[in-house]
Amino acid sequence: MAATDALLRVEDVGKSYNENIVLKDISFSLEKGQILGLVGENGAGKSTLMNILFGMNVIVETGGYEGEIYFDGKKINFKSPVDALNAGIGMVHQEFSLIPGFTVAENILLNMENTKSSIISKIFGKKLETIDQEKIKKNAKDAIDLLGVSLDTDTFVSEIPVGYKQFIEIAREIKRDQVKLIILDEPTAVLTETEADILLASMKRLAGLGVSIVFISHRLREITMACDKMVVLRDGNVVVEVPTEGVNVRQIANWMVGRDIGNDKIEKHDISEMDEKDIIFETKNLWVDMPGESIKDVSLKIRKGEILGIGGLAGQGKLGFPNGVMGLFYSGGEIIFENEPLTLNNTLEALERGIAFVSEDRRGVGLLLDEPIDWNISFNAMQVQDKFLKTYLGFMKFRDDKLMRTVANEYIDQLEIKCTSEKQLVRNLSGGNQQKVCLAKAFAMNPKLLFVSEPTRGIDVGAKQLVLDSLRKYNEENGTTIVVISSELEELRSISDRIAIVCEGEIFGILPPETDITEFGLLMSGEYKINEEGEKVWLR
Amino acid sequence: MVAINRFIKDFGIARIIIAIFLLSLFIVAPIFGVRVDQSINDVIVRFGMNSIMVLSMVPMIQSGCGLNFGLPVGLIAGMLGAVISLEFGAVGFAGIAIAFAVGIFFAAIFGFVYGMLLNRVKGDEMIIATYVGFSFVFLMNIMWLVLPFKSPASVQGFKGEGLRTTISLDKFWIHQLNDFWKIKVNDYWTIPTGMLLFFAFMAVLVWLFFKTKTGTAITAVGSNPDYARAAGISINKMRIISVMLSTMLAAVGMIVYEQSYGFIGMYNSPLAFAFPSVAAVLLGGASVNKATILNVVIGIFLFQGILTMTPSVINSAINIDVSEIIRIIVSNGMIVYALTRGKKGGE
Repeated sequence: MAATDALLRVEDVGKSYNENIVLKDISFSLEKGQILGLVGENGAGKSTLMNILFGMNVIVETGGYEGEIYFDGKKINFKSPVDALNAGIGMVHQEFSLIPGFTVAENILLNMENTKSSIISKIFGKKLETIDQEKIKKNAKDAIDLLGVSLDTDTFVSEIPVGYKQFIEIAREIKRDQVKLIILDEPTAVLTETEADILLASMKRLAGLGVSIVFISHRLREITMACDKMVVLRDGNVVVEVPTEGVNVRQIANWMVGRDIGNDKIEKHDISEMDEKDIIFETKNLWVDMPGESIKDVSLKIRKGEILGIGGLAGQGKLGFPNGVMGLFYSGGEIIFENEPLTLNNTLEALERGIAFVSEDRRGVGLLLDEPIDWNISFNAMQVQDKFLKTYLGFMKFRDDKLMRTVANEYIDQLEIKCTSEKQLVRNLSGGNQQKVCLAKAFAMNPKLLFVSEPTRGIDVGAKQLVLDSLRKYNEENGTTIVVISSELEELRSISDRIAIVCEGEIFGILPPETDITEFGLLMSGEYKINEEGEKVWLR
Repeated sequence: MVAINRFIKDFGIARIIIAIFLLSLFIVAPIFGVRVDQSINDVIVRFGMNSIMVLSMVPMIQSGCGLNFGLPVGLIAGMLGAVISLEFGAVGFAGIAIAFAVGIFFAAIFGFVYGMLLNRVKGDEMIIATYVGFSFVFLMNIMWLVLPFKSPASVQGFKGEGLRTTISLDKFWIHQLNDFWKIKVNDYWTIPTGMLLFFAFMAVLVWLFFKTKTGTAITAVGSNPDYARAAGISINKMRIISVMLSTMLAAVGMIVYEQSYGFIGMYNSPLAFAFPSVAAVLLGGASVNKATILNVVIGIFLFQGILTMTPSVINSAINIDVSEIIRIIVSNGMIVYALTRGKKGGE
């Protein structure tokens, strides 16, 4: 790449957390006044890349990054976001950082207020100058007009609809002196279609004024509409860097999820042999109020003995499903298990009826970190099913520590849990081994239906395979119905009999794992939906 | 060297310093003319007197309700048991048995209400418990005057109503536990076997309880409430059980203390026990959310050892009474030390 007048040039950037490589040889460039679309699955490395660009502390703390970044002709290596701001990079985060009790104008010019000097300030210094409300309003108004939206600068932010808060954030960034690059991290995630269109128009207008934009979105249509060029990340690599001109959504989806995988897939059940009528679990219009992962309306039938995969992008609600079924988050609708209704919001009943759950929040919900392994494995079975107990005098139920140890050791061998003994505290195990303890805990209950949420998140490759294999093995040996919820599509494709994709709190379609990955990509991005008759309904 | 470092880390530097200090007090005691056998006697008696109150910290710590600064709630139930037993005029074993029964009964009721209150203030249990303890003592101060107690031994002599500030147990059940199977070593040293056995019995009960299904569930609630909830356990119910248990143990502890002391201390006397008991269990190595019986035993021994030895030894050495100062420094210092450490351990 020649030293053109590129505003931003990223060369061979790599980043790893401990042994875990998240970014490798990332190179791309961005011209002045261009919009760059950044696309990738969860965990592809988008946020890490943005953190590097914006000089977030987490990067410096974990040992910096490899490679070089040139911004505005100069080599940069920001130590903190303040450096990035001073250099002219602004960032709008997914979460709003606005003060609800302040007006729009005050928020936009926060810490950049126009001030009037007075006698006091002349004596005691600049910090005591009074605020020039009129000028602030005018300045804020200019910024908002620049974006092409109509917003009253006197309104309190708390009274502004969610869709518009994004604009205030952007207005604040462009109000900074000499901002040259704005990074927008999934700004449209909370917007409706029309609001998103307004935002895209504003972005183009800004670009026209010479401000470059890095735009992250999982709505592929927006990328094709607004961006001049796009970079697709996958597994920490740049897959493609192309002008958006002439690229269609289908192609992007393919780039995003496609992987060069060996055909060493585990043998599948013959799905056709499974009786369609043999439904073990069914939800009707289930909704779950789980912050960030809520589902709105899910009607899903799970067949006895199958492994059902549930995939989808983060925040679309796939995690809400098992958490709602188990009664960990408030839910409504109807659940039928083994032809009988299951009471909602009742964890104990779900467990007693033979439904087990391996939580995605391993350390928070899944484990007693300060207790030994054998406790963790036997606890649920003990409390719910009265296993691992010895009864004295007909009513005194005591822990059977010996049996707990024996069973724990069986699982330690079976799942290859690396530990000093069954009495080791779970806190001191590695992530992969902790996950195996979680599985053992669920297996110890001999469940009829097992929900496994993000089984391989944050664990190394070897442990990943072992976890997946043991799930598959458990399914085959005991005929247990297993529902695997995962962000990693490849993993679902390797283990599941069917894969349901959740998008915007609903099931957008159920596909066999052999289906072309492009279709999954399109479903995940909500480009179309498969209705009950199996027809595609294009949404965008 | 590695082994030593590990021992220091496991046992805690503060605990080691106090243990060494205590040991050196015993060593220097004869130099200042303090009898070692009498000192040991004092330590053992105080150990027995305070042990069950300290033991009563365990259930609440295990369930995640934190240190029971509201100890007076249980102590008052014990006082109620004691004065009601006096009303019946029961003496000897029957007297103390009635005191236990009535005390535990009231403790169960108080504990239930106290537990419900603590369930509403999750995360701030300790500060709220402190206030509950204080306010309940003062509420009961009114009650001690108003309730219709009649026993001549306990009401104020000059007007025949309202309880005295200290009620003598002389004619009722003084030393009922202390004197059971007591062993007289010499004139200065008598081992109160009964009281120590009674503590051992209560400790075994608590230990057994935490081996039951419910006890295991309570431990899990204290260790990770979210985990317990995902196992279908009612967190609030488990917490209430633990608070009731702590309160009942405190009531028993108060009665054991009274029979050894020979008096029932009324009115503000329960306030004097909460902080020392909390300090003792922390000194024994418990954290805000984990405590074992061993922590209790080590803690009371070190804490009461310091309290007993400092007045006799140091006062003889420098002729100034610093015992109260040392007691306050040790108990409050220990609480501060343990609480700051607990925050780190609990993330």
